[in-house]
Amino acid sequence: MWDWGFALEILPTLAKAAIVTVQVTLLGFLIALSLGLALAAARIMQPWTAVPISLAVELIRSTPLLIQIFFLYFVGPSFGLTLDAMTAGILAIGLHYAAYCSEVYRAGFESVPRGQWEASVALNLGRWTTLRDIIIPQAIPPVVPALGNYLVALFKETPLLSAIAVMELMQSAKIIGSQTFRYNEPITLVGLFFLVMSLASAWAIRRVEAGINRRYRR
Amino acid sequence: MTEPMVSFENVTKRYGTLTVLDNLNLTIGRGEKVAIIGPSGSGKTTVLRMLMTLETIDGGVIRVEGEPLTHMERGGKLVPADQAHIRKVRAKIGMVFQSFNLFPHMTALQNCIEAPMKVLGLSREKAEARAMDLLDMVGMANRRDYYPSQLSGGQQQRVAIARALAMRPKVMLFDEVTSALDPELVGEVLQVIRKLGAEHDLTMLMVTHQMGFAKEFADRVCFFHSGRICEEGEPQAFFTNPQNERSRQFLRAVLEAG
Repeated sequence: MWDWGFALEILPTLAKAAIVTVQVTLLGFLIALSLGLALAAARIMQPWTAVPISLAVELIRSTPLLIQIFFLYFVGPSFGLTLDAMTAGILAIGLHYAAYCSEVYRAGFESVPRGQWEASVALNLGRWTTLRDIIIPQAIPPVVPALGNYLVALFKETPLLSAIAVMELMQSAKIIGSQTFRYNEPITLVGLFFLVMSLASAWAIRRVEAGINRRYRR
Repeated sequence: MTEPMVSFENVTKRYGTLTVLDNLNLTIGRGEKVAIIGPSGSGKTTVLRMLMTLETIDGGVIRVEGEPLTHMERGGKLVPADQAHIRKVRAKIGMVFQSFNLFPHMTALQNCIEAPMKVLGLSREKAEARAMDLLDMVGMANRRDYYPSQLSGGQQQRVAIARALAMRPKVMLFDEVTSALDPELVGEVLQVIRKLGAEHDLTMLMVTHQMGFAKEFADRVCFFHSGRICEEGEPQAFFTNPQNERSRQFLRAVLEAG
């Protein structure tokens, strides 16, 4: 049933793939965090962007990530956008989660009392200075847990990239399986890896949260 | 009177079909202390908020030292002002709010140096020196490193006053600054305002429910009712012998309450 020798033998291959998975996760989340913040900020600073942005966000949230990955990778070239699988995958995941994150940031912005904007006007602070120094430092700490949840969710969706043959964990496990006709070890190990990493990141997020609470919520 | 510091000329403000201020004309001299009183919904806070550019105006002109606030002169005509113009005129005005509105993620000192550094371009040393002078004046120097949530309401409001003064405004607006305070904390804030009136040649415009303070402190009282100034005058005369029926009713009601 379970062959320890085989498990040990495939471990290096899976470890290499795990690095790809982590890379996709971190880069994708970086895009999601920064683009999400930019979108949420744009809605506040330039009210005319609110309608196009919410349409785009709705479009992304209402279609499956898998389709978006395929679209970017296979349909992109007909629009002159040719990307390698890894780039297309990271971009698709990043865009997808940027849409979710922008809504989280928006809730954060809305939780800042209007009086903070008014005090900033009364002090003659510029709008961008107000956003950067006054609003964002208050808007983000309360939404860190929600953003953290999306980090874990994004991480767990990276196996979708196996559909465009990115050499991440799932793809490696599938290849090992089809070559050796043994699926028990590779699939179980991949599952275990996700379990451990998810728990570890949930723990890390709690630490960040606690740190932020100490610093900002007095 | 010399050139007025602030003047409202036929200023009208509407929210939908509700007219909050109806053709307001009000002129405030340099260094004058004006108390605005009246029942809630009479438009008195709106006067301050329009002057602070927190509300747009639907008609008329507000001038600060003769310069229109929401309009600017271009080719001999008044056109709606751009941001640069509004910021230039707004720099002369400071405001203290009912709910303090201190920045909760900054200490008392940081609250007081943020705008002087970012808007006036002061160095940190200069901004801190200025802030410490003011925190000292409001009796909060020993709380410089406290966060707002670690301060009482009265202390927060005193920091808010210092923060506004750090921008060296010529006009200070006080919007019901003691209304959110526990009764025993009202005195310390009024004490600071009193000091301000004596120490600075500052124009002050305050919306208040503290009739005793208005009577003692203000050079002039304006009684607002339904978006108009119903009666204005010297406090002594106004409080002892109001001429208008509505003023009399209001004062009677306020005195009975407390």
